[in-house]
Amino acid sequence: MKIKYLKTIKYLFLFLITTAWSLAVSAQSEATTSGQPEMADALRSNGKIYVVVTALVIIFIGIVIYLLALNAKLTRLEKLLKDSGK
Amino acid sequence: MPVPARFILHETIRNLYFHVPMWFTMILLFSISVVNSIMYLNKQDEKYDVRQSEYINAGLLFAVCGLLTGMLWARYTWGAWWVFTDPKLNGAAILCLEYFAYVILRGSITDERTKAKVSSVYNIFAAASIIPLIFIIPRLTDSLHPGNGGNPAFSSYDLDNHMRMVFYPAVIGWMSLGLWIAYIRIRIKNLENKILENN
Repeated sequence: MKIKYLKTIKYLFLFLITTAWSLAVSAQSEATTSGQPEMADALRSNGKIYVVVTALVIIFIGIVIYLLALNAKLTRLEKLLKDSGK
Repeated sequence: MPVPARFILHETIRNLYFHVPMWFTMILLFSISVVNSIMYLNKQDEKYDVRQSEYINAGLLFAVCGLLTGMLWARYTWGAWWVFTDPKLNGAAILCLEYFAYVILRGSITDERTKAKVSSVYNIFAAASIIPLIFIIPRLTDSLHPGNGGNPAFSSYDLDNHMRMVFYPAVIGWMSLGLWIAYIRIRIKNLENKILENN
């Protein structure tokens, strides 16, 4: 049961990372040159909107890592409770 | 919601809804924590000790997210991941180190009562240092952040009414999330203490 949940979280994580990656890559191919000194990298395209997207991804990953740590803490507690019940 | 068009900033102006509430939430959580520290020193009740440490643990998540989103934002507007002469950035970095030191300090003391007392006192000093570090010094000198160098933030120039309609609910939302996380952590900690007591 526990392992099942962990697997789901892992897949979700992988999915999010790949999605973010594909977003960044597709934005790169759409970047057009308009004769301005701005470089054509992904985060500066479309009015730098992908900086905001990346900030959101950072916050999301931060919260997920935090939740995983909390999850580990709870698992440890459950184990402790199980051991004390014996 | 439309946002004002500005050079350099472009759409990254929308980062205001995420980067700034991180710090507001952190300050809220750390303030609640310091109130609990004072309460602990007054009453010597263990529940205040649990609260002060867990509010800090929850606040650190927002501090780290605030730092990272700030670094990203700085890279694409000011041109560098970190501006070493900027007092607000350095103040925020010192503040984060102070609170990481708090966690290490707590971890290094084994006696429960000493731990609670020492960390309460440390927390009060750390909270007092927030005020000059990120509110006073950046206003006295100058910072790349808007609203520093004499002007208070959120003047009509800095924030227009459409942005306010998103910004204020965002602040309330992130603060609620922070309080919720802290509350969950407190409950887990209380449960842990109870289990350890029974063992």
